[in-house]
Amino acid sequence: MTDAPTPVLTDPEANQEIHQRFKKEYAAGFISDIESDTLLPGLNEDVVRFISAKKGEPEWMTEWRLKAYRSWLEMVEPDWAHVQYDKPDFQALSYYSAPKSMADGPKSLDEVDPELLRTYEKLGIPLHEQLMLAGVAVDAVFDSVSVATTFRDKLAEAGVIFMPISEAVHKHPELVKKYLGTVVPQRDNFYAALNSAVFSDGSFVYIPKGVRCPMELSTYFRINEAKTGQFERTLIIADEGSHVSYLEGCTAPMRDENQLHAAVVELIALDDAEIKYSTVQNWYPGDEEGKGGIYNFVTKRAVAHTNAKVSWTQVETGSAVTWKYPSCILKGDNAVGEFYSVALTNNYQQADTGTKMIHLGKNTRSTIISKGISAGKSQNAYRGLVRMNPNAAGARNYTQCDSLLIGDQCGAHTFPYIESKHPSAVIEHEATTSTVSDDQLFLCRQRGIDTEKAVSMIVNGFCKEVFKELPMEFAVEAGKLLELSLEGSVG
Amino acid sequence: MISISNLHAKVEDKPILKGLNLDIKPGEIHAIMGPNGAGKSTLGNVLAGRDGYEVTAGSATLNGKDILALEAEERAREGLFLAFQYPVEIPGVSNLEFLKASVDAIRAHQGKEPLDSVSFLKKAREKIKAVNLDQSFLKRGVNEGFSGGEKKRNELMQMMMLEPSLCILDETDSGLDIDALQVVAHGVNAMRDPNRSFIIVTHYQRLLDYIVPDYVHVLADGKIVKSGGKELALELEEKGYSWLESEA
Ligand SMILES: Nc1ncnc2c1ncn2[C@@H]1O[C@H](COP(=O)(O)OP(=O)(O)OP(=O)(O)O)[C@@H](O)[C@H]1O
Ligand SMILES: [Mg+2]
Repeated sequence: MTDAPTPVLTDPEANQEIHQRFKKEYAAGFISDIESDTLLPGLNEDVVRFISAKKGEPEWMTEWRLKAYRSWLEMVEPDWAHVQYDKPDFQALSYYSAPKSMADGPKSLDEVDPELLRTYEKLGIPLHEQLMLAGVAVDAVFDSVSVATTFRDKLAEAGVIFMPISEAVHKHPELVKKYLGTVVPQRDNFYAALNSAVFSDGSFVYIPKGVRCPMELSTYFRINEAKTGQFERTLIIADEGSHVSYLEGCTAPMRDENQLHAAVVELIALDDAEIKYSTVQNWYPGDEEGKGGIYNFVTKRAVAHTNAKVSWTQVETGSAVTWKYPSCILKGDNAVGEFYSVALTNNYQQADTGTKMIHLGKNTRSTIISKGISAGKSQNAYRGLVRMNPNAAGARNYTQCDSLLIGDQCGAHTFPYIESKHPSAVIEHEATTSTVSDDQLFLCRQRGIDTEKAVSMIVNGFCKEVFKELPMEFAVEAGKLLELSLEGSVG
Repeated sequence: MISISNLHAKVEDKPILKGLNLDIKPGEIHAIMGPNGAGKSTLGNVLAGRDGYEVTAGSATLNGKDILALEAEERAREGLFLAFQYPVEIPGVSNLEFLKASVDAIRAHQGKEPLDSVSFLKKAREKIKAVNLDQSFLKRGVNEGFSGGEKKRNELMQMMMLEPSLCILDETDSGLDIDALQVVAHGVNAMRDPNRSFIIVTHYQRLLDYIVPDYVHVLADGKIVKSGGKELALELEEKGYSWLESEA
């Protein structure tokens, strides 16, 4: 978010002040002027078939989707989370939108619509530049279609497969068939079932045995089209003894109506493998009155086999409503699961987020560090489950849950669930709640630091344990994001 | 340097400062002593612009500028520094990070570029050494888990980094061991400068053996009730404050 984009304003008289406000409030909130191919609203079996056909999917994939769709019909939207919102009208959403110029699919980066590339540039992801400099391979998903996957050649040399999942269905059907839906089954929950039926695109990663992925892999998601839902599906398989670090960034333009984002991410870490999955989520949170914003209902889950390690790191500053629990099933002995989270809510945002650590194997270990920051009139809940199954001898969990309140109209809630079925399992839980105190602010101001900078410094300090888990350039971005999201929350 | 005239201030509707006058010229050191609850810390807070302290009458000018009209951070940038009686912790924000933000904010006010990190680090290392704290303190959170005396030394360190023109030290000597007291005294003496003034709030004449003040004032019930030279401190040490009340 280095370069603040110019918002598209309809009123030519719009003055400098509005301009400034737009910039400050949500730097990623521009709308791209791209012609797109959008399906009419509504959902039925034909729509599912249409999506599948549009991608030229094989029969087995179509059937897989239909099965999910039929399950979804029988399910009801969950309402146990500590959030309140108007339930989306699933018949009023469009389930497919692709920028028109993508219709034939770009063959190389040069063929990608320059307007689309400019969009990414505004987001601070100059693809061309990244190709040459950053050493980050980017798979950018714009609405429903992967736009360009960079660095493919270099990755291919190492045997790493990194491509849109729609392409993987064609090129690596055996891997997709073997793993898709094994960690998050189609019927897992309402949104996961919906995603399984209509998912449009997402990333697919396979790291072969013993390979250390030569670069960070990265995906940027952006919802542009109005009244569309975005349903990406990510599948990452780290074969035995391999290692991969994957980054995910999300943005959406400012729109008055709520937009739905229901993604599914499945991670499979086979024996001795390691997956590090980092997210910086900056979906549009709605305006100061709570109008608009993304509904972010995401299912993310990993399975870790013997001696494998999975680490989730997330920085969540966006969305009107967040419902998200990146989880680890520690299936093999000695498997390790980690969850580092910063969830910031401001204005009328609501977040119910946390993790599940399911200990199945012996001597499995998990660490949960959750930092919740609430400002404005927002509600921020941590919900975490630690379960030690009967075979999990010697399993250990450490949970630390810290809440920081800014102002007195917001709320922080902690819901830890602990189920221990093995006497030798050790579960430690610590929780704190603090505020940004007047004394701290005064100390900063007395040293010449203005209030806004002081708050952002204090909040960043509070998040330090999580930020240090992020790759360097992401940590910087995350810090800036917090700063932006907190504008005007004090004083 | 600073000129305070007929200053009245209240906290939570309770009048605390009740017509305080004080005039400090560049290069001078003024010690302020006085009983608990007299308003010494309040004076520091009012001058530094802390929220919740309402000035109801009087004026204060720093180098000719009406500082009471400025925001707290602006006063700091104008060269006013307050070493706190009870320094607060800011967990997770390292001393270095904090100092860099502080130094750069003040430099920006003076129209200067941010200090380059090499010079900044060099200076920070030098100053932390001067207050006899280990280099590792630079990386620790601001006052986070510091002992009482370490916090006080950290305040002094910040003062040395920022090179303010008016330094207010609020009981920086309280809770210090003998060696630390020397460190503080040495630090202040090293900073003595014809263009810099000090207000030193203390309960102990001991500190004034090391930092020799130009004037000693007694603050009681929100006013300066007696002023004198350094020998006044000795007299107070001997007699306490009660004799002043009968005199006043
Ligand atoms: N925020 C506040 N709310 C209510 N009363 C306050 C507040 N701040 C200061 N006071 C009161 O103002 C009076 C002066 O306090 P102050 O801290 O200035 O005293 P002091 O001279 O520094 O005392 P000490 O020597 O104990 O440090 C005290 O009676 C104190 O209780
Ligand atoms: Mg005091």
